[in-house]
Amino acid sequence: MSVLVDTDTRVIVQGITGGEGSFHTEQMIEYGTNVVAGAVPGRGGEEVHGVPVYDTVAGAVREEDADASVVFVPPAFAADAIFEALDTPLDLVVAITEGIPTQDMSGVYKRLGEVDTRLIGPNCPGIITPGASKLGILPGNIFAEGNVGLVSRSGTLTYQIVDNLTSRGIGQTTAIGIGGDPIIGTDFIDALELFEADPETDAVVMCGEIGGEDEEAAADYIAEHMDTPVAGFIAGRTAPPGKRMGHAGAIVSGEGTGTAASKIEALNDAGVPVGNTPEQVVEYVADFL
Amino acid sequence: MRLHEYQAKEVFADADIPTPSATLATTVEEVVDAAASIGYPVAIKAQVHVGGRGKAGGIKLAEDEPEAREAARDILGMDLKGYHVEKVLVEDAVDFTNELYVGVTMDRSEGRPVAMVSSKGGVNIEEVAAETPEAIAREHIDPAFGMHPYQARKAVYEAGIDRDIAGDVASILTTLYTIWDEKDASEAEINPLMVTGDDEVIAADAVLNIDDDALFRQPALAEMEDEAASDDLEAKANEYGFDYVRLSGNVGVIGNGAGLVMTTLDLVDYYDGEPANFLDIGGGAKAERVRNALDMVFADENVDAVVFNIFGGITRGDEVARGINEALGEFDELPKPVVVRLAGTNAAEGMEILNTDVVEVEETLEAAVQRAVERAQEVTA
Repeated sequence: MSVLVDTDTRVIVQGITGGEGSFHTEQMIEYGTNVVAGAVPGRGGEEVHGVPVYDTVAGAVREEDADASVVFVPPAFAADAIFEALDTPLDLVVAITEGIPTQDMSGVYKRLGEVDTRLIGPNCPGIITPGASKLGILPGNIFAEGNVGLVSRSGTLTYQIVDNLTSRGIGQTTAIGIGGDPIIGTDFIDALELFEADPETDAVVMCGEIGGEDEEAAADYIAEHMDTPVAGFIAGRTAPPGKRMGHAGAIVSGEGTGTAASKIEALNDAGVPVGNTPEQVVEYVADFL
Repeated sequence: MRLHEYQAKEVFADADIPTPSATLATTVEEVVDAAASIGYPVAIKAQVHVGGRGKAGGIKLAEDEPEAREAARDILGMDLKGYHVEKVLVEDAVDFTNELYVGVTMDRSEGRPVAMVSSKGGVNIEEVAAETPEAIAREHIDPAFGMHPYQARKAVYEAGIDRDIAGDVASILTTLYTIWDEKDASEAEINPLMVTGDDEVIAADAVLNIDDDALFRQPALAEMEDEAASDDLEAKANEYGFDYVRLSGNVGVIGNGAGLVMTTLDLVDYYDGEPANFLDIGGGAKAERVRNALDMVFADENVDAVVFNIFGGITRGDEVARGINEALGEFDELPKPVVVRLAGTNAAEGMEILNTDVVEVEETLEAAVQRAVERAQEVTA
């Protein structure tokens, strides 16, 4: 069973006429995603890769009965695009955009508390249910159908781990990129809850990094509520304090909160083995199964 | 973007937050001139991005010219926790009776801003938070409304600030929040906010860090970026548009994707090497970008070998390889050994294409890192 997206999910693409939006729409369609519309202000009536474009998200959702949206809109306008999507009956919004000002996301986060829609991201590669559907930019060819769930703050690091899993004959139920920003719509606990409730997910890989305390909170959740085994990886053991390591959310505070060591300790205390290398994580998963 | 103290103080002063008279100086003579103009005693303060400057000898008080000269000579050009001091702020020394703390930051787990006030200023606020959290009054702010005036008052009274100055401190907190909000800051802090015998409050230090992702809509602040940079390499990285962090080791790291690059650094350490830098080359691998990345890493004199790790997703491995070859072609000779590892889509084809006369290739990430660490150790040996 897939978590959140499958072959029936009707998807619209915000920003479909842009370079990234257009390219990845084609990739998503090729993968099998049911892309039913695009939404770009002023471009209504056009068609991109056979997909009709609307001027508004509301129009696209209404006319095409869409369930989900993927946002490929530049940082200056992305928060507004998310607000627009949250103002419709969509179930899910996946925001790919990297570089949305954090203060903008604070406003979005408040709005999320007022609606039923789930947001994944921003600054994420998206979500994929192998063999069924992908919303975002994850490279479909490295994924395989199987029984391991994946949740990660990273993009290419996730691909590396997935590649190792797939090469080992271990496939995935769903992979969720929650993104590298400090304020995100879906956190580790949200994703872990979904995997715990999914009968087809027999193990989970959790890929975190420095910054914030989401992994520590997840460790508590795992200890108290999860039967499904979890293996972890934490990037940024060598990161110096006070420096943003690429991702806006990847920063150890001046006095040392959000360190890799703290996260690894919390996870270990919760019974989650944490790999020293990506390959070691795969070993742990193989042991679970 | 972390502004230096003097830059942050300019912003605060523009908003009418009281700051001591001060002048920036880069030579001993400039320090002496500034001190004479301001009037002794003065504080001479290194302008570098480290906490604990005082304890590390980066802040000195001078009562007269000989002391100012000595302090200037000591501090200018010193190595302060890995940073080279090129600028000092010469500032009127404040005669204070009390030190307070006010600050605004984004509480990421709550997804909204938080304003903080404490009567325990002049010390590391995170230590205060750990040891006596009750000494910090916090007010979470609704991002849609901003800080209500009552919130500033409440924070000040609950922090136990002296009633004679409560109004002034609340006013400064309100202004600080406005600055934080309007300038897309991540952190805005005054620590210490000094109280004088005459019940005046004055910002003796200033921290203003700006969200890098918001610089596109903060043109005045974006102009301060060069001056705010820690060193030339960081300034160069800003110019190239790379996410780059300099560390102190000798194994250079280039990769695509922040998580993967952090992991590569971690692996260098795991295999007993010392990473020299973090550099995320991002998606796509056009030759120019590759060349700029190699340029950046080689510009660090500490680097003895480089590991170049690319996972091709949508970007195919053979495209990446062509980009790398083209970039390598622009160097007459590579200054240091480079170990390349490609993975993902068309990785095998990519590895075949790579010019192994110029670079070494390894199939796994672990092997590539180990090889680079070995090469770096050979150079130092």
